[in-house]
Amino acid sequence: MRVALFVPCFVDQFAPGMARATLEVLAAQGVEASYPRNQTCCGQPAWNAGLPDAARPLARHFARTFADFDYVVAPSASCVAMVRRHYAGLLGRDSGSEGFDTARVFELCEFLWEVLGVREIEGRFPHRVGLHVGCHGLRELGLGNASERIRGRRPDPIRRLLESLAGIEIVDLARPDECCGFGGTFAVGEPEMSAQMGRARLADHAAAGAEVLVSADPSCLLHLGGLIERQARAWPVLHVAEVLAGHAWPRSQEVEGA
Amino acid sequence: MTHAERAALFAAEPGRSAWHDEALWSVRQRRDEAVRALPEWGRLVELAGQLKAHTLARLPDYLEQFESEATARGAVVHWAKDAAEHNRIVLGLLEERRVERVAKSKSMLTEECGLNPYLEARGIEVIDTDLGERIVQLRNEAPSHIVLPAIHLKRTEIGALFHEHLGTPAGESEPAALVAAARQDLRRRFLSAQAGITGVNFGIAETGGIVVCTNEGNADLGTSLPPLHIASMGIEKLIPRLADLSVFLRLLARSATGQPITAYTSHFHGPRPDAELHIVLVDNGRSALRAREAVREALHCIRCGACMNTCPVFRYGGGHAYGATIPGPIGSVLEPAKHPQHHASLPFACSGCGACGGVCPVGIDLPQQLQSLRAESGPQRGAMGLRAMSFAMRGRRRYALATGVMRLAQRLLPRLVIERMARGWTRDRALPQAARESFRSWWQKQERGR
Repeated sequence: MRVALFVPCFVDQFAPGMARATLEVLAAQGVEASYPRNQTCCGQPAWNAGLPDAARPLARHFARTFADFDYVVAPSASCVAMVRRHYAGLLGRDSGSEGFDTARVFELCEFLWEVLGVREIEGRFPHRVGLHVGCHGLRELGLGNASERIRGRRPDPIRRLLESLAGIEIVDLARPDECCGFGGTFAVGEPEMSAQMGRARLADHAAAGAEVLVSADPSCLLHLGGLIERQARAWPVLHVAEVLAGHAWPRSQEVEGA
Repeated sequence: MTHAERAALFAAEPGRSAWHDEALWSVRQRRDEAVRALPEWGRLVELAGQLKAHTLARLPDYLEQFESEATARGAVVHWAKDAAEHNRIVLGLLEERRVERVAKSKSMLTEECGLNPYLEARGIEVIDTDLGERIVQLRNEAPSHIVLPAIHLKRTEIGALFHEHLGTPAGESEPAALVAAARQDLRRRFLSAQAGITGVNFGIAETGGIVVCTNEGNADLGTSLPPLHIASMGIEKLIPRLADLSVFLRLLARSATGQPITAYTSHFHGPRPDAELHIVLVDNGRSALRAREAVREALHCIRCGACMNTCPVFRYGGGHAYGATIPGPIGSVLEPAKHPQHHASLPFACSGCGACGGVCPVGIDLPQQLQSLRAESGPQRGAMGLRAMSFAMRGRRRYALATGVMRLAQRLLPRLVIERMARGWTRDRALPQAARESFRSWWQKQERGR
């Protein structure tokens, strides 16, 4: 089984620890993922901004880069949703990307749950966790059931795998799947709304008693973490891979006494 | 002003945004409960979408059938290609009968056509009889929500408004007292109205009947007394058969407020004895939308407002931020599709969460429609940067160069300069710092070490 790791551009630059943790989580399940060095970005920022012509070359590049792998795994539900849900429409019958099957691209926990059949992760995380559910993973990849829908589709592998850790407690939020307001270019196009929505999420997590914020979406974490830092609160945000890999949270020293 | 600017103004007032959000979220929760109590919900949504698609596909036939059935029942059917023609027809009907006072029940179509100011400028008094509509009318502003027109107002503000206009005691803000005062005033208006204008929720091709859904019974009162009833109806309101109505009625109120059905579902099949019923069928851009595959589905909308209640941008930014007759996700599709020059920012008033698609009772793929309109809206601010980014991401070497430049800039430029350059981000958020070592270079070292 040839598995490639896709590391979103901003994770590569700003949060490489999330990518390393992803490799470790895969390795713990016996999967040696490789990292094709030609990879760049999935094209979501341009696509999201209504610039499909600017996104298309990146989609084509992605398809070429990962053409020879059985699976592509990424620590970002949103980037995976971009590939799985929107590449077909974006690429159409693109000659350079024929034969690339977007169905083989998976979010990390989704890959563990669906492809490898993992139901439990060995490890401990004795903390009260606020799980931030990213909208694209939830509604575009169908990881779990959106609160506005009636019928259950699939279990949420992110939550289920986290719950399998010893000592973990996932707190109950008043709004379990409300958007954090990141929204790609929305974050800078409507900064007031974006920040307002983000602060409301943080308040919900705080009221539920979360000690740490965890998500499978690094872009949401970048936004929420940035808000936390401006509020001068010492509140760690972690990628689910970092929790599953048993990494201590990066700023754990700072939270002492918090 | 753009949506972002207007929404920021709404949110700038301390507490307003959070309170508005809570008010609408509670409506969304009531909707969730009502929907979960109906095991066949998914089937109904599917069926409703199919019925609407079918009706739109054969719209000319159904419109003609509707016209002939309605005419056979004694109604007079008028055709208006746009808002101006609609207003002229309504004015003509009123003037011919020397009508000076009209009681109007809630109708987003008449808002769309600007009927109130048009008639008022010609000396005809129009009183909105839906309580929420009456409130915004007294404030001389547009509804901020299609189902809850005055949801942006606190009851103390309504108390002050009623004190000024209806003579309630100063400081009175008890809902029961305010409603009683409005009722007193409206009762007088109902009794003196010489004509009633209503919207139409559903027009039934098979019977030529129209159906109006209200919670206050104001459509019935406004049309039961005066000898003239004018119903303004968008051509997309048509459904084929009476039996189909049962599908939509089960969806509408549950989606709107969580009620199983609106308090009043009024059927009008022809005029009352010794009275007239005129139905004005309005196109006003609908045929053009119907011809465009990418946005045609938006015509399926039954105006329940569920997408507004679930949309976080609507909840936190308010309905007036859209600057359009129909706000929220569905408005962000309909309005720029009709008037791209005025509403280009609306498809971007969206964080892309997708919840609107999940609540729509007729299954409109709103996220998809908003996305396709983004591409049509033309380049927004920041497009240059994104194009540059796309260019820099087309290969490994370019990527290395671009990220190298970014890292260098972050190291060399003064912090304040960077903060200014990225102000959209940094106003409320700390700027992420590039890691000492990117994943890519870490991986390269690992490989070399192997």
